[in-house]
Amino acid sequence: MAGKDLSMLKDPMVDNNPITLQVLGICSALAVTSSLKVALVMAIAVTLVTAFSNFFISLLRNQIPSSIRIIVQMVIIASLVILVDQILKAYLYEISKTLSVFVGLIITNCIVMGRAEAYAMKNPPIPSFLDGIGNGLGYSLILLLVGVIRELFGAGSLFGVQILATVNNGGWYVPNGLLLLPPSAFFVIGLLIWGFRTWKPAQVEKREYKIMESEGAH
Amino acid sequence: MPNTENTTAPAGLWARFNSIPLDSAPRTITVAVVLCLICSMIVSGAAVMLKPQQEINKTLDKKTNILKVAGLYQDGVDVEKAFGAFEPRLVDVATGKFSDAEDAAIYDQRAAAKDPALSIALDNDPASIKRQAKLASVYLLRDDAGRIERIILPVHGYGLWSTLYGFIALNADGNEVYGLRFYSHGETPGLGAEVDNPKWMAQWPGKLVYGDDGSVDIGVSKSVPAGIDGSRYHIDAIAGATLTSRGVDNLVKFWMGEQGFKTFLDNLKKGEA
Repeated sequence: MAGKDLSMLKDPMVDNNPITLQVLGICSALAVTSSLKVALVMAIAVTLVTAFSNFFISLLRNQIPSSIRIIVQMVIIASLVILVDQILKAYLYEISKTLSVFVGLIITNCIVMGRAEAYAMKNPPIPSFLDGIGNGLGYSLILLLVGVIRELFGAGSLFGVQILATVNNGGWYVPNGLLLLPPSAFFVIGLLIWGFRTWKPAQVEKREYKIMESEGAH
Repeated sequence: MPNTENTTAPAGLWARFNSIPLDSAPRTITVAVVLCLICSMIVSGAAVMLKPQQEINKTLDKKTNILKVAGLYQDGVDVEKAFGAFEPRLVDVATGKFSDAEDAAIYDQRAAAKDPALSIALDNDPASIKRQAKLASVYLLRDDAGRIERIILPVHGYGLWSTLYGFIALNADGNEVYGLRFYSHGETPGLGAEVDNPKWMAQWPGKLVYGDDGSVDIGVSKSVPAGIDGSRYHIDAIAGATLTSRGVDNLVKFWMGEQGFKTFLDNLKKGEA
């Protein structure tokens, strides 16, 4: 059992990562990864919301009428997100200002809803909770990787501490401003997906189409 | 949230509830209502309980922003202590004179603007604020000789989605801008929220508010308006945030004009405030 629990946490990190394999939750991954500190808070928030929404939805799974199950899931997820938002505003005010709307947008993060619908509706509470933690950690892993790359090369710092002395402060490093803009996260995530799939070729999806062979060339 | 699997509700009632088919209308409605009630209680409970702490953060943030707009903020500074350098005063907006009708240290202009007894409804309302508090909280910074060095005035107005609240700091002449910054708004991150961008805010210091004839010439716009000296009065609007820029333009013109602090600044210059 312990081994199974562990694999439930480990599995979504690499083998079944919600971002690189299922390509979910990309939107927030673009928005909040320009600094590591914000990415970390977002990662923790999403992990907690996924875990607890899975837990509560799984508790209620036998009472949820299937005709309104999506609404019920949304109500539970939205309540948890508002709770997280209120707590951030009370205890981490600066970060909550930077995260602004993106905390609220956890509600629409496909990972949370995806796990609720795919796992928590069919499994008991404790495994569902672990599944939520695992998927949250998988999301966190990518978020932090992207955050490290973007903040280190975009601003020369990590967690706001200067690592590479930038030219503006009399150092040698010319920061790559592109990395601080949202589109750069697309490139970084794309490269990560490529890396993951080269490392684990099983993750490569089958083509849904076949390139037509040309007849009678030139 | 209740554990409905191991509930301790009276067995008879529970059994009867369970005997209703899961997807029937009565049961669906019951589940929905109960769930909504519980969730709303949790959410509103959290909001009410955390409110005091959030208010403390907001006040601290406001004070930090007053320090920043006045150029007194450094990282790690004790905000409460540094804030002691300011002399908070109340100004009667209509007469432009200092007022002691309320305690300046605890007066809440935002709350007053909602109170019909403490505010007036606006007919001419370019900043879209609907009601304006009769008294405004201003902060004065004096030099060692007791002369006014900087005047920090509260401004607010509607942008695209939200009311922007901020401060404009003027130098002793009541004309040259020392800085402008907003401490609370809900504009779009990356577009309207660029009013917080240091590069954009850096345009404000050194600009003049009033033209030679006393009219409010400072403005935020895409291009320099005809007849205006761009280097002294023009602030470049934010790309991709036309409505937020227009909102900032309106609110600065409103608060610096006759309905705002112009009378007060004139009185201050004449030494009659």
